[in-house]
Formats: sequence, C-alpha cells, structure tokens
Amino acid sequence: MTTRSDTYDRFADSAAAYDVELTRTTVESLPETIADVLEEPAVGAPLPWEGCSLPDAVTIDPTPAQLNAAVSGVTAASLAIADYGSLVLEATPGGSEPASLFVDTHVVVLREQDIVADMETAFEWFGDRFRETHGSAIIATGPSATADMGALVKGAHGPKAVHVVVLR
Amino acid sequence: MSSESRSAKAAKIRHLLETEGEAVATNTRGFNQGRYDSVAELEDYQGLKDQARAIKEDAIERLPELLDKLTETVEANGGTVYIAEDAADANEYVAEVCADAEADRVVKSKSMTSEEIEVNDHLHSRDVDVVETDLGEWVLQLADEAPSHIVAPAIHKSRQGIAELFDERFDPDDPPETAEELTMFAREKLGELIEGADVGMTGANFVTADTGTMALVTSEGNARKSVTVPDTHVAVAGVEKVVPTVEDLQPFVELIGRSGTGQDITSYISLFTPPIDSPTVDFDEPDTPITDGETDREFHLVLIDNGRLAMRDDPELKETLYCIRCSACSNTCANFQSVGGHAFGGETYSGGIATGWEAGIEGLDTAAEFNDLCTGCSRCVEACPVKIDIPWINTVVRNRINEGGDGGSFDFLVDGLTPDAEDDASPTLQKRVFGNFETLAKLGSATAPLSNWMAHSRPVGWLLERSLGVDHRREFPAFRRQTLVKWARNRDETPSAEPERRVVLYPDVYTNYMLVERGKAAVRTLEALGVDVEVPSVPGSGRPPLSQGMIDTARAKAEGVADALSPYLEQGYDIVVIEPSDLAMFTGDYERLLPSETHDPLAANSYELLEYVYGLLENGASTGALSVADGPETVAYHSHCQQRTMSLEAHTVAVLTECGYDVTTSDAECCGMAGSFGYKTQYYDLSMDVGENLAGQLRDAEADHILASGTSCTDQIGDLLASDPRHPIELLDPGR
Repeated sequence: MTTRSDTYDRFADSAAAYDVELTRTTVESLPETIADVLEEPAVGAPLPWEGCSLPDAVTIDPTPAQLNAAVSGVTAASLAIADYGSLVLEATPGGSEPASLFVDTHVVVLREQDIVADMETAFEWFGDRFRETHGSAIIATGPSATADMGALVKGAHGPKAVHVVVLR
Repeated sequence: MSSESRSAKAAKIRHLLETEGEAVATNTRGFNQGRYDSVAELEDYQGLKDQARAIKEDAIERLPELLDKLTETVEANGGTVYIAEDAADANEYVAEVCADAEADRVVKSKSMTSEEIEVNDHLHSRDVDVVETDLGEWVLQLADEAPSHIVAPAIHKSRQGIAELFDERFDPDDPPETAEELTMFAREKLGELIEGADVGMTGANFVTADTGTMALVTSEGNARKSVTVPDTHVAVAGVEKVVPTVEDLQPFVELIGRSGTGQDITSYISLFTPPIDSPTVDFDEPDTPITDGETDREFHLVLIDNGRLAMRDDPELKETLYCIRCSACSNTCANFQSVGGHAFGGETYSGGIATGWEAGIEGLDTAAEFNDLCTGCSRCVEACPVKIDIPWINTVVRNRINEGGDGGSFDFLVDGLTPDAEDDASPTLQKRVFGNFETLAKLGSATAPLSNWMAHSRPVGWLLERSLGVDHRREFPAFRRQTLVKWARNRDETPSAEPERRVVLYPDVYTNYMLVERGKAAVRTLEALGVDVEVPSVPGSGRPPLSQGMIDTARAKAEGVADALSPYLEQGYDIVVIEPSDLAMFTGDYERLLPSETHDPLAANSYELLEYVYGLLENGASTGALSVADGPETVAYHSHCQQRTMSLEAHTVAVLTECGYDVTTSDAECCGMAGSFGYKTQYYDLSMDVGENLAGQLRDAEADHILASGTSCTDQIGDLLASDPRHPIELLDPGR
C-alpha cells in the first residue's frame, strides 16, 4: 500500500529533478515560513483554505506596476502530481495566474493531502472540477524554460525558480 | 524529373547540409535520444499509446457530433466558435475580431495552424502588428525565415547566429552572447510588447468537447501571458483537435513531451477554459489594482477545416488527422536529422507525417516536393505516440503523385526492363527502373560478368546518370552468374531422415542474384543446426516497387510470393528471410496488399534468419556446430532499420554474444542508403551525410568484424568504409 509519506517523497524526488525546493511547515507557522522563503517585493493571491494566511510582506490585489516590480509571487496549488513533480495552479478571480507568472521566484503553497500519485488521478480530478466550475488550471513542472537560444535556460517568460511550501 | 531538376535539388540539399545540417543534427539526435530515455521510464508505454490512438480514432469518427457539442459548450461558457472553411475565411474572421477590438498589436504563442493559414501576413495587411512571443518563433520572425521543425522552429539556428541577428536588429550597447543573456534580452523585449498587446492569439493542442477546455503544451510561459494580459483571446486550431472529455487529455499529456523533445513533461500544460476567470493586466493603468472592477473577457475559437474534413473521408489520409504534432517522426528520421525541415517539409509541416498534412491541405504538388525524402525505413512507426503508419501514408501519396506524373523522355530506353503493373500510372523513369529492380537483377545475373563490366564502364555510367539519375559515384553491386537457387538445386545434400524442422529459405532478389555467399552461409548454418532447408524459386517481395510508390506492381509481386509459398506453409514449413526489408513486407506491408487469409499464415510463419537461429539455440540446438569466436573477437554490428522496428535486433546480438563475440551496436536510425535512395543523384549527398553518422560509429568501434543485416546497409557501409561488411550469418557459417 502506498502511504501518504511515500507519495510525498516521490513528489519531492520528482520536483527536485527540476531544482524545485521544498519546505515543510504547519498552518500555524505558515506566514513565517513564507516570509522566510520569499524575496521582496512580493505579490500574491489569497490562499483558499481556512486559517491559512499570507505574511504582510505579500501584496495581494497588486497593480500592474507592482506585478512588474515583484521578485516573488505567492499562490496556492490545488493539487500536486507525485510522478511528475508537477503543481496544479488554478486561475482565480483574485489573480493567482498573474502573481505566479510575472515574478522571478514562484512560491507555491501546497497541502500535503493534495498530492496525488499520478496523472490519471489528476485528470479524474480535472474532469470533475472543470465540468463543475468551467475553470482553468496550469500543470506547472519546474520553472519556465527554453532551449531556443542554444542551451537550456531557466526563466523564459515566467519564473526562474519555484519554491514549494508544503503544509503538513 | 529531368537531369537539370535533379541537379537543382541536389544543390539545394547540399546547401542546407552545409548551412543548417550541423545544428539540426545535434538538436534532433538529442531529442531522439531523450525520447528513448523518457519513454523507457513509463510503466506502460504501449498501453498509453493504445489509449491515445483509440481516443483519436473515436474522436475523428465522431467529429461532426463533437464539433456541435464543443460549439454549444464554448458558447455556454461565454465564448464564440467560428468554423472556417479555409485559410482566407479564418483570416478574415480573425481580422474582424481584431478590428472590433480596435487592436494595434496581437501577441501570439506558437501555433502551427496559424502558420498554415499565414494569419500574420493577413493581419499585417490590415495594419495590425503581430508579435511572435515564443522565443524560437520570434527569432524567425526577426530573421524572416520559416520554421524548420514543428516543435523547435529555430532548430537550424546556432546560438552565434541568433546573437548576430540581435546585434544587427537592435544594436544593443552590451550585446548578449550566452544562451542565458540572449534569453533575458528576448524576455525583456517581448515583455514590453506583451504589456501593450490588445489581443492574445494561441493555437490549441487539444480541445475538449465536454468543458471547452483547451490544452496548450508549452515551456516558456508566453502562452500564459498572451492569454492572461489582454482582454481578447483568439485561439486557432484545426477541427481535428477536438477530443470528447477532459479525462481524454491524460495519455496525450504523458506522451507528447516524451515523444517530441524527450521531456517527461513540458514546464506548462495550460488547461484553459476560456474566457478565463482571471483579471486582465492593463498596463495602461499601471497603478490600478488588477482585481478592481469587472473583468470582461472575449474569447473566439476559430476551428479550421482547410481540407481536413475531406481528409477524414479519404481512407488513406484519414490517419494523418490523429497526429498530435509531437515531432517524433522528424527527430527519429535519419534524413531529417541531416537536412531538417527546410528540405524535408512543405508549406507548413515538416518530417514524415508532413506528407499527409501537405497532401491534404495544400495538394499533391506540394507533397511531391519532399515526399521522396521518406525512404520507408519505418523508424517513425514505433516513435509515433498515436501509432500512425507514416511510411504507408508516404507510399500512398507517392503512388498518387506517380499517377499524375509523366514518365519522361527516356522511356523507350527501358521498355523491356520495366514490366510493371502501373497501367494508369506514369512514375518517373527513375522510379520505374528502381521499382523494377528484380527484372534488372535477373538480366544482370544472366549476362554476368558482362553486365558488371558494362555497369562499371564510363559511358554506361554517364548514360545511367543522365537518363535515370543514378549517381556515378555509386558502384553497382556485382551480379552473380550462379544464383542461390541454382546453387541449392545443384547440391546433392540428402535431407536428414527426421529433421528438427523444415524451412524454406526465401531467396530474396539481393541474396539470389548478388549477395549469394550470405545465402549459402544461411543454408549451411541452418543445416548444421538440424534443419532441412529448401530454396525454391520465389518472386521478389515487391519492396522495390513499393518504395517507389508503385502499389499495383508491389501487390502483383505479393500475390506471386504468396502463390509460391502457400504450398510450403500448408505442409508446415517455416519461412526464413535474410533481407529484413522483405520480412517487413511479409509481416507488415502485405497486410495492405493481400487478403488476410493469405497474409496471416505467411506473417505468422516467417522469421528473420538470426531470429530463427536464436530460436533453434533456445530450443536445444548447440553452438558447437557453428563457427564461434576464436578468443576475444569484437564485432561492430549495424542492424537494419526495419529489423529494429520489428524488434529483431536483439536476436542477432544475442546469437553473436552466445557464439563468443563481443558486440557493439550502432544507434544510427538508418544507414542512409535505403534501397535505391542513395543511388539517386539528387539524394547522393544526403545519403552520404546520413551514412557518415553510422560510419563514424563503426570506425570508432575498432572491431575485428563489421557486420550488417541489410543489403542497402552493406552497400552503404562498403562505400563509406571502402570494405564490404558481412552478414552475421557469414561469421557463424560452419563452412567458412
């Protein structure tokens, strides 16, 4: 039987292949952990879980100018896929998509219970979710990248680094 | 094709080999190796491919119904669907959307369909600025060049070439040089252009009918920005991109990156259900929070027919519509690796599957420009994640091109030599001669050695090059007066009373008339392993005419082979085949040429020679009867392309290893000769370039023996290394 801890380890291994860093924390220490991880100026979108808040250093509802100036962006992941080290980032009216895209470092908050084993399970979730919400999501694996300039470079149009804060 | 147009084609290929060949080769071979490594990690690669194939088959079957459903869904989501008949129709619609949005600038993410309709040119003519935001596409837009690869469009450009281009266009104070600097330079320039964009345009890799969700497979993040920033989103996609449900996306998401660039998954798989529920980013109001006020987004899905619905009704081209544009067939193709999509491509698409796309969308003339570059080596068949029989599509299109052709002015020269069944067809003379190779071989053998002296004489060489386009730098294989069939008939071996097994050794045209020694070695080896061997007279397999797109002639040959072998099959004989390309005919291509009751028993009971030896050894026969390594002996072995596609390379390696040889194999996908391909003047340079990749590996192996299983590979390696390799069976031959 696969336990939750196995799934976490597999996710951590897969994500490490893309140089994604992981920090584990609790709901209580979340704002502090995020504050430690991010670099200012920072923007973000509200976290969708009760009792989970962002540190003051994170500007929510940013202006375009603040988005452009931001170094870090903090947003939530709805799901993670252990096999691939992927994070599922839903677009929200609160601006999760731009806050995760216009920054150098994307800080992703993930609940450990939301890590699923494989792509098949993820797509069962997507099917149910999209038929209900008609929403959009990105399966993001590592930072943005390109090999168009003659060698692999991290940080093409999107973030150059990804840091995941995992809520136990 | 005249001798002048053959020279022009050769010159074009030579130019591309010199200017783009190196960059294309490095990149495609890297992607190809990445594919092998990445799919090997999947638990059930074949299962995923089967699933992907089934989804596409079903979706294309139900296409009209799915398009209705999708339209309904997108409209319910608040978007608009426009089904465009052709490129002009689509362009006009997109231009209207831009006019309504009062757009000055459109930012685009990479989309082959938008290349197909040439929407950029159309919008420019309406004074709309279109900016490609994919870094590779942007480089090409600046350089005013066409993509050379469907996934990595600027694959033919070197880092240095890009640096020079930026320098020339922007004259920066501190010119970027490294890949990192070039990327950051482009990111900054494009970032500014995206900020002021009025419309974002994307393609779509897949669109789901149940939710109206489109999947975009990307890595840079430019598609996300193009969709997120402006309030108007236009997506252009071929009608074939629709799949029934969100869940159907899963096998494709797992396969597309692995199959293409060898990545397990690309950085971003965007699953947009537009209009997306995310605030726009209005840089004209830099200090107003993006979440202030209502977000009012517009979405237009432009689905393009442009010949696709007709392809759906064409039983031979229909499979093309399953293509997910992953580029595996480009990367795995030895010819493509050498010359890239500027030669091996049409108006829009490139690589093996491009023949299907270009024939369906542009027409046969466009497909005819590059269709010959598919040699039918079949390496793309196992690479394709939706299991499209790409060589067959190329053969069918070649047949259609032949039918529309006009043979040329030298037809009288070869009337007796070309007894093909192409009644209504007029393939080029070059194709007809190569397609009727069996007749040539018979005549050459009957008149040997005179025929060999003739073939090597200068005037004959000149005539062959001038009239048929047979390159004078190629040496014709020598025909043998005593054929394998005659040799076998004249032997007075008494069949053993209780043979382990009885086989027919198929006397393929090459073994029978030219490489007779490998046939004799096969007979002696099989007999030493306790097998009764017969070598009856059987017609050629039809591989040469099939390669030239002469399907009727190939079918007639297939029927002849089946007639000759059926009595043996009924008596329980196994069929052993030396030439891998002929075995591929028996087990694969004949399925399309013969009724299944004729094809099935032949396919089920035919074996590659070393596969058969392997089976005998596994079932108790001893290597003691064979010639084995004398101390540490090394072998460099090049398996035949079609043999590898049939998963039969390992058997040869295993037998050689068991016989004490230390075996190194090449990873070259194809030798580059591919039947008659390398003999043709227009392709000689390309063939040699492809072959050099193999020759280098064989030289580096510094082995005691160089072995190859196919006749073409033998000829090619012989030309490259100036010494003919032997067939593996000749090393094992107890009579050597």
